[in-house]
Amino acid sequence: MQLEYFQLIDRIVELDLGQRTIRSEAQVPLTSTIFEGHFPGHPLMPGVLLIEAMAQTAGWLVIAATRFERMPFLAAVKEAKLRTFVKPGEILSLQAELVHEGSGYAMTRASAALEGKPVCNAEITFKVMTFPSEEFRARMHEWGRRLKVPIEADANG
Amino acid sequence: MSSTFDTVASIIAETCDIPRDDIKPDSHAINDLGIDSLDFLDIAFAIDKAFAIKLPLERWTQEVNEGAATTEQYFVLRNLCARIDDLVAAKGAVST
Repeated sequence: MQLEYFQLIDRIVELDLGQRTIRSEAQVPLTSTIFEGHFPGHPLMPGVLLIEAMAQTAGWLVIAATRFERMPFLAAVKEAKLRTFVKPGEILSLQAELVHEGSGYAMTRASAALEGKPVCNAEITFKVMTFPSEEFRARMHEWGRRLKVPIEADANG
Repeated sequence: MSSTFDTVASIIAETCDIPRDDIKPDSHAINDLGIDSLDFLDIAFAIDKAFAIKLPLERWTQEVNEGAATTEQYFVLRNLCARIDDLVAAKGAVST
């Protein structure tokens, strides 16, 4: 998890395009300036970043489902529930499901857990568009490789 | 069309919290009912599910942006329902 780059997912653990599901992993860093303010002497992963981690997990599923041809942009978060605290150093297991792939939008459900214990969940809507530029698409493709998005899901697979 | 309209009107009423009686076949989803593009995604999702179709929102938006179509053609509910009926019929023709 690179909080300073807003890249919250460490790696894709599993991608099943048949079931339209994905699982990812993300370790909260031990130190970050964020924890100096949230909260002083009591560091906690901010809830909005937990939501962002779920959105990034679901977003990678949408990218993979469109074979790296389309980019999801966060449009709505519904029914978000933050069930427990997450502390520095803990490893989140995230998962998401593509509920509906519409024309120009995608509906997903995502959740996160700590050692099997539910942490948070939400329904996440994306606007899905063609990449604004080939350079952007190429960079997302490279980022996907770093996250170990299964090769068979990429554009050349 | 009437049953399609009833379904669509119920979806809009529930999704956007608009009184059902305010939703008429001649209502323009955007201009009359004040539905914005983000709220329309929820409506499109519900319509896609209810009719087992995929509203071609991207194509419609592109046509409107390019001046090839007007918003009335797609977003006046009478016209929207006719498009839904066409999509349902086309789907049935393909599957038979």
